[in-house]
Amino acid sequence: MKLHEYQAKQLLEAAGVPIQRGVPATTPQEAASAYDRLRAACGGGEGFVCNVKAQLHAGGRGKAGGILVATSAAQAAEHARALLGRRLVTTQTGPEGLPVTAVLIDERVAARAELYVAVTIDRFRAAPVVLASRQGGVDIEEVAATQPSAIHRELLEITEGLTPAAARRLTDTLGLSGSQAEQGQRMAQGLWRFFEAQDASLVEINPLSLLEDGRLLPVDAKVVLDDNALFRHPDLAGLRDESQEHPLELKASRIGISYVGLSGTIGCLVNGAGLAMATNDIITLCGGQPANFLDVGGGANVDQVTKAFEIILADARVKAILVNIFGGIMRCDWIAQGLLNATQRLQVTMPIVVRLQGTNVEEGRRLLRQAERLNLITCDELEEAARKVVELAR
Amino acid sequence: MSILVGKDTRVLVQGITGQAGAFHTEKMLEYGTAVVGGVTPGKAGQQVHRVPVFNAVRDAVKATGATATVIFVPARFAYDAMVEALDAGLRLVVTITEGIPTLDMVRIRRRLQGSASRLIGPNCPGLITPGVCKVGIMPGYIHAPGRVAVLSRSGTLTYDAVYQLTQAGLGQSTCIGIGGDPVLGSSFTDLLPLLETDPQTDAIVLIGEIGGTEEEEAAALIKKAGIRKPVFAFVAGRLAPKEKRMGHAGAIIAGGKGTAAEKMATLKAAGVTVIESPAAIGRTVAAALGTRAGRG
Repeated sequence: MKLHEYQAKQLLEAAGVPIQRGVPATTPQEAASAYDRLRAACGGGEGFVCNVKAQLHAGGRGKAGGILVATSAAQAAEHARALLGRRLVTTQTGPEGLPVTAVLIDERVAARAELYVAVTIDRFRAAPVVLASRQGGVDIEEVAATQPSAIHRELLEITEGLTPAAARRLTDTLGLSGSQAEQGQRMAQGLWRFFEAQDASLVEINPLSLLEDGRLLPVDAKVVLDDNALFRHPDLAGLRDESQEHPLELKASRIGISYVGLSGTIGCLVNGAGLAMATNDIITLCGGQPANFLDVGGGANVDQVTKAFEIILADARVKAILVNIFGGIMRCDWIAQGLLNATQRLQVTMPIVVRLQGTNVEEGRRLLRQAERLNLITCDELEEAARKVVELAR
Repeated sequence: MSILVGKDTRVLVQGITGQAGAFHTEKMLEYGTAVVGGVTPGKAGQQVHRVPVFNAVRDAVKATGATATVIFVPARFAYDAMVEALDAGLRLVVTITEGIPTLDMVRIRRRLQGSASRLIGPNCPGLITPGVCKVGIMPGYIHAPGRVAVLSRSGTLTYDAVYQLTQAGLGQSTCIGIGGDPVLGSSFTDLLPLLETDPQTDAIVLIGEIGGTEEEEAAALIKKAGIRKPVFAFVAGRLAPKEKRMGHAGAIIAGGKGTAAEKMATLKAAGVTVIESPAAIGRTVAAALGTRAGRG
């Protein structure tokens, strides 16, 4: 579960990590009073300068016009009006962009240097890892690709956490000394403890700004929580912002279907994530374009198959559907019956190519043949099925 | 026998009284697996498909001489179930459960360091030595005894690949679904050396997916001449929706984007035969080996 910047900062602050001052707002009026509150908190005078930052679950905001500068409450309100409710398209959002449902009115700070610190899991080594670099900022991935040695990786023992020696290595890497090194070590400890306590999968501070006055301050924060561990953190569940999720994907996930919309014309209904990806691959190899990735899961029932069809049909671009089921525990005859019920109930008229394989496949295919529905084409082999559906979607 | 499970494997089912546990206990028994006991706290004395149920793994091991366990308990209890299995000294732990918190798996992997136990999964279909022993949820009948090993990150795609091999006249020595989670008990690189030295295995099929670095690590191991048997690979997801990621740490760790194209190129460079189409797995392996090589 992704968090907004302002949520991440509030949680980190509560965990004892020093954070840049800021006040979130969801209306222009709130933005104006947020400006006043922030100005007061910072002891700022007339013309106090702040950032109005669009809150969305993606990076690349600055370059996309999502960060505006305000020097008065009226201007903060004006910027909030311009940003709120708008869909912001950044390099990470895809062409549809994401809606801005909140803004963060943030203290502007003068940075001497921009650093990078993150805590995540090194999947292969099965260990938490703290990443640190002197070259923070928007081009960190470029740095990682071209100068891997510029990024320090500190693998942690889960039983020991971030040891003082490891924290010192991190601040050495960041070129910090004296009281700044101590600040950096405390911050790294705070980030790690937060990561572990909240079952995060990512805590990323980029940039971690080294200010003119010598303070170290996280200027942006990204936190992603482990969905599988949310049962341990019922207090965090309320932070979910469903507006940042695609409506069809959200609808699908609520009934245990994994769906991601793509831009093609062939709707896909598959059981299992790997097979669903492979189905999209073979459609592409045959010259077609999938309209979606859809995994009904291992234990899908008639109701779920019907709902999966509803989701596929909600995409107006779909011209033909490929159903690819490898029946293991899910019996093919049973899937066939579900298919017939669903397509009848929904009065599906577009062509559906069905490839069934696995348990009780003969019975499943017999059911489909007997139905004598013109728009239902059965294929035994995946390649043949893919070629056929590509042809039908032309 | 092939690797990890054979005719002498004595299997416990943790979570045997649950719906999935009970159902698959029956299927494993039908396949011929020696399911010798089940564990559900508080249900000792019951029977499921005539298999005795115990309160604790230690009790079950003592009473039945079990050597392996397969775990079906819900995600929030899976960490405890795995710890119990490891503490009881079981040499093979297969976790079918999906949705386990990643940090729980990190803690389990720490416990496995220096331990004689091996963990397969979680979020996996399990493993099978065709015709001999099935410890998992895969449909048994699609398999045939033979000499091709299959290692996979997927579930139903593995079934499809295995079915293609069987149809092409190639039986399998061992098929292992390593699981689809970020942190796994065993990776391709842990299992490849076992297959390399397994006299029952002539060739290896890897089924990979986008994301993570399993395939890249496997390629590195193969390239270092650790693996001399022929290896074939399919990587799913060349057109998979790009995960809407947040932040940069994932890409920094992976050292790349973890795309199917990158993985296929890395495997190819290591001498692996990369199969482009998911429908061509059986016929590609058969053409390279000749069907006779694969018969058991």
